[in-house]
Amino acid sequence: MEHWVFRHEITYKDKPNVWLQLLNPVLIFGGVRMANEEVVLLSFWACTFAGKVRVALAEKGIEYKSMEQDMVTKGDLLLKMNPVHKKIPVLIHNGKPICESQIILQYIDEIWPHKSPLLPLDPHQRAVARFWADFIDTKICELGKKIWKTKGEEKEATKKEFMESLKLLEGELGDKPYFGGENLGYVDVSLLPFSCWFYAQEKVGDFSIETDCPKLIAWHTRCMEKDSVSRSLPDQQKIYRFVLDLRKLFGVEE
Amino acid sequence: MAEEVVLLDFWASPFGIRVRIALAEKGIKYEYKEEDLRNKSALLLQMNPVHKKIPVLIHNGKPICESNVQVQYIDEVWHDTAPLLPSDPYQKANARFWADFVDKKMYELGSKIWRTKGEEQATAKKGFIESLKLLEGELGDKTYFGGENLGYVDIALVPFYCWFYAYEKCGEFSIEAECPRLMAWVKRCMQKESVANSLPEQEKVYELVLRAKKILGI
Repeated sequence: MEHWVFRHEITYKDKPNVWLQLLNPVLIFGGVRMANEEVVLLSFWACTFAGKVRVALAEKGIEYKSMEQDMVTKGDLLLKMNPVHKKIPVLIHNGKPICESQIILQYIDEIWPHKSPLLPLDPHQRAVARFWADFIDTKICELGKKIWKTKGEEKEATKKEFMESLKLLEGELGDKPYFGGENLGYVDVSLLPFSCWFYAQEKVGDFSIETDCPKLIAWHTRCMEKDSVSRSLPDQQKIYRFVLDLRKLFGVEE
Repeated sequence: MAEEVVLLDFWASPFGIRVRIALAEKGIKYEYKEEDLRNKSALLLQMNPVHKKIPVLIHNGKPICESNVQVQYIDEVWHDTAPLLPSDPYQKANARFWADFVDKKMYELGSKIWRTKGEEQATAKKGFIESLKLLEGELGDKTYFGGENLGYVDIALVPFYCWFYAYEKCGEFSIEAECPRLMAWVKRCMQKESVANSLPEQEKVYELVLRAKKILGI
């Protein structure tokens, strides 16, 4: 089996726009080389939903090609592979597209079940994992965005609700090292990319997540010690700079 | 082993109807408990403390929340009868995609049709019809989205049929005129007991909408 790592520089069309300026070279790494499998991921470095897929593929040791997308001028391949929503991430497996991050994760888990299973076998535990993944995609995503998009009273109310939601997740984690138990599972993979935005949210929101949710921060640190996670997700400082640029773009100033 | 299945639900909820159809397709006996959404029961708050919403499926005392999660749970536990999801991972992903599409589009756009007027309503109607047309494309020439039998996508979408009359009256348009193939699919589904017995009458849903509009001052 081959194991290889390379840094892949993406070249862009020469168009001046803020989104292109925010794009960065993407690190892709390969794992087990499999005969006759072609796995491509249409992605964007800061996208939390794409981050989930990168972590899942890394956990499973799946070799894939990452293609960074222009989020403003969407490329032909993206429009062809996801004509309904025109969004990333899109996983293309042997030419066939799979869209929506939760659906992609479950697909990956079903196609490559033997290494690092994401969902448990028990139907009730699977239902619980899916429930929390859905909670993350709706609540955490929406509230996290609102923290950097809003100001004043609306921001304060959002922060409060955000912390309440994080506390619920901490409750679900309990004393386990990971949501998946002894190993990373479906909920861990779903939450990790959002947790890379914590630093930016704390700075912009002027609050500390660690104060109210120390176990969750400890969980994030524990996860980031894993190669599969740290190589798949962006640096928190980079996300913070991205958020500052986004705030300028959207005209959000205190 | 004696199975205890309870469904906390609201008669007009398309999400609850999904679960009723899935349970009926699998021939599972269950206790139906109607919830007063303005005065939620202690059981509902205990079983779904996070969202406090129906439907909640309670299987041998353990709650499962969120309708798509519940339908998949039912399919996995009672896997020997009437499979709802295909076994092929790619086809499964495709079914999940379209059920998710129904979730993203139908409820929000449908709600806007009866809750709003003027330009906002016109935009919602347009989006609603476009979404139904995309679903028609996915259905193609098949009898059901699931092929020869009801499947996951059929169960996700058909519950919204009982709201069509209300949408048409409030929005002054005809869904049949725009999407005849989809309506033909609806009629086929309604010939199945599991579906016909799970959906309330369209007129009753319309009366509910009219009452809601009065309360909301719309």
